[in-house]
Amino acid sequence: MEIIKPGINIDLVGKMKIAFAASLFAIIVSVASLIFHGGPNLGIDFAGGTLVQIKFSQETSADKIRDALQVIGLGNSIIQRFGYHDNNEFLIKTEKSSSALKGLTSKIEETLNASYNKDEFEIRRVEVVGPKVGKDLREKGMLAMLYAVIGILIYVTWRFELRYAVGAIIALLHDVLITVGVFSLMGKEFTLPIIAALLTIIGYSLNDTIVVYDRIRENIKGARKKSLKDIVNSSINQVLSRTVLTSATTLLVVLALFILGGAVIHDFAFALLVGILIGTYSSVFIASPTVLVWESVSPSKEKRKK
Amino acid sequence: MSDKNIKLRGIATLVIIAAALFFLMPSLTEKLPSVWSDNTEKIHLGLDLQGGMHLVLEVETGKAVESSMERISNELKNTLMEKRVRFKHLDRESGAVTTLELSDREERTRFETILKNDFPNLDIKSSEIIEGREKIYLKIKDKQAASIEKFALEQSLETIRNRVDEFGVSEPEIIPQGKDRILIQLPGIKDPQRAINLIGKTALLEFKLVDESHSLDDALSGNVPSGDMLAYGYRVDPNTGRRTKIPYLLKKKTLLTGEALEDARVAISDRFGEAYVSLKFDSQGARDFDRITAANVKKRLAIVLDGIVHSAPVIQERISGGNAQITGNFTTDEAHDLAIVLRAGALPAPVRILEQRTVGPSLGQDSIDKGILSIIVGSILVILFMVMYYNMSGIIADIALFLNILLILGALAAFRATLTLPGIAGIVLTIGMAVDANVLIFERIREELRLGKSPRAAVAGGYSKALLTIVDANVTTLIAALVLFQFGTGPVKGFAVTLSIGIVCSMFTAIFVTRIIYDYFIWGRNIQRVSI
Repeated sequence: MEIIKPGINIDLVGKMKIAFAASLFAIIVSVASLIFHGGPNLGIDFAGGTLVQIKFSQETSADKIRDALQVIGLGNSIIQRFGYHDNNEFLIKTEKSSSALKGLTSKIEETLNASYNKDEFEIRRVEVVGPKVGKDLREKGMLAMLYAVIGILIYVTWRFELRYAVGAIIALLHDVLITVGVFSLMGKEFTLPIIAALLTIIGYSLNDTIVVYDRIRENIKGARKKSLKDIVNSSINQVLSRTVLTSATTLLVVLALFILGGAVIHDFAFALLVGILIGTYSSVFIASPTVLVWESVSPSKEKRKK
Repeated sequence: MSDKNIKLRGIATLVIIAAALFFLMPSLTEKLPSVWSDNTEKIHLGLDLQGGMHLVLEVETGKAVESSMERISNELKNTLMEKRVRFKHLDRESGAVTTLELSDREERTRFETILKNDFPNLDIKSSEIIEGREKIYLKIKDKQAASIEKFALEQSLETIRNRVDEFGVSEPEIIPQGKDRILIQLPGIKDPQRAINLIGKTALLEFKLVDESHSLDDALSGNVPSGDMLAYGYRVDPNTGRRTKIPYLLKKKTLLTGEALEDARVAISDRFGEAYVSLKFDSQGARDFDRITAANVKKRLAIVLDGIVHSAPVIQERISGGNAQITGNFTTDEAHDLAIVLRAGALPAPVRILEQRTVGPSLGQDSIDKGILSIIVGSILVILFMVMYYNMSGIIADIALFLNILLILGALAAFRATLTLPGIAGIVLTIGMAVDANVLIFERIREELRLGKSPRAAVAGGYSKALLTIVDANVTTLIAALVLFQFGTGPVKGFAVTLSIGIVCSMFTAIFVTRIIYDYFIWGRNIQRVSI
């Protein structure tokens, strides 16, 4: 079976300008959404706060829970249904957290005991993150992204050339920024697993990009007389089949995770889904064309005919 | 390549598979000979999968320095009085600073000599002249303060370890983090609040006399006599369950502390069936208790735990033998836990909760079930896809994929790594990405075949040309995974672990193992057509 026919030669590089424009638009929308929402929507991992996941055995509503929590001043917390509708599972989120031994959670439990029977609900998950830890995790998360980018920059520069590394970094920043933008537009929260997903997207996006670069490097050796533009274009086409296939298999499994993995991992799988799609696009339309742009700005030492 | 070489590589592969199975089997079945199961471990599940509590505590080490200052101040006061140095005030201010107001400026030199000879750990922070009198601010030397803080953390760790051990949690993890933090992981905890109370209670037990010579009402309206303090106890009405707060006027001086205890046990009173904690003092403590009770017959002795008065019985007679008891509205669980914390000793400083994550056992099991379902469905989809796209070669890739999963799980068990929910996601992701190496190779082989090369040459060319690409592409993902491992905590770390292991295993299975299969058919069986 073949999806992408051999010998295919689409003028992908020729569509560079359209792609750049589209990406620029997506990035502007992402940044605008981030500015409009006052930065990314940080989950309690980074902002600090308390999260309680409760499963009820009977049908209940967010309003009823809210009424119950009014007594202890948690009436304005975020109370939302979690997972599938027939689950009767709810998340209670508040930016408050208590460092006392007898914390907010036991207060919530006591309060709910007054409105529900004791065997009618089960506290399945509690997360309390103090402001100090939230700040620590925020800093560590940013540093992790930075270190990953630096590590990759060094490796790609070592294995290829700086201009390739720059292309790769631009592509992966592009991927991360748009994924973050999609999250912001959809009002989804940033948590620790989402940072893990973003780092995975970085790795994946690069994986794709490097396969293309490898081909470009190989083809440059063979054909000194062709223009770099033609070499880049034919290289992308040569590996296009592989790019599509690998994205397909990866998307298949991530889709399985997204649909079947359960509510806890839902957003994580979603981030991967978005990131892999964008990562595939960027390795074709952003990473390699950037090398061309870089080349036209500062040509490499070996002169080639344009 | 020769036949012998294929055999050698085949044997190497089989050895690795056998090793993976050896480590993995205990996780799959209980029915193993004990020689086997005793020397291997099941795959260790993270708290998010097996349920349990993750807790980060901050030890308020500064408070340990403060109480140290309090003690030194008292000693200093006594010494100054003994040596007849005249002073107006000597008080510990807020924090770890003590102020001393000398009556006469001439006393300063005498005071400094005493400081130098008897209190080497104190430093004069600053001094000023107020109304002709010298006011001196004292603090503990920085080096000494740092060592008190360090000791407070170490002692807290030790105490918490003892408490958790006595409480009976299987495989707890209690490790220090940084200068003043303790990370605690308790798998399978059913009642998180009870565990938190047990771990975090300071459990400072003090015996103090009730001051009956001054008026309690006066003290409540703000006139607390010097040398006295106000403290509160609670009484619960057995009928209505209402708690009432009872004030006590206590002498500040602590006569005896929990340090003098040898043992603490929960007991049930004969009369009311109420739980209480019976205390046994060590020999020095028993002598002290004997002396204290003898000197204060008919007076009330308050038993104060973490600043709360539990009871204040009248001393009827001198008590020898070193036994006492703490009563006061305990449930059996509470009395049981109190006995544990008293036995394990007090924390040198109070602790605060910085981070708490608890997952109930039912949610953990849910996550395991859904994770396994995702792995199975994801694998089947990829397996079918590969066979459809690459025919027989797809089957070879699928064999590699299956081995890859086997090796990842085996490696998890062998390295005693922790499998978390994001870790399962990592395995799922690896399944999707592992076939990438094979896709790269297969696409190359197809290209070589289209150039009209023989199967042998095409396969050899496909592998050699794809090899560097595969390594380059995987190293970058590995860099991201390793950074994540450094940064991550708990579940996220589990993701980095399975992703890293997955990448390494997939390179082995997708490059090394599939090549053996090809070589076997092409060289061994002399197959002339590649089904790809």
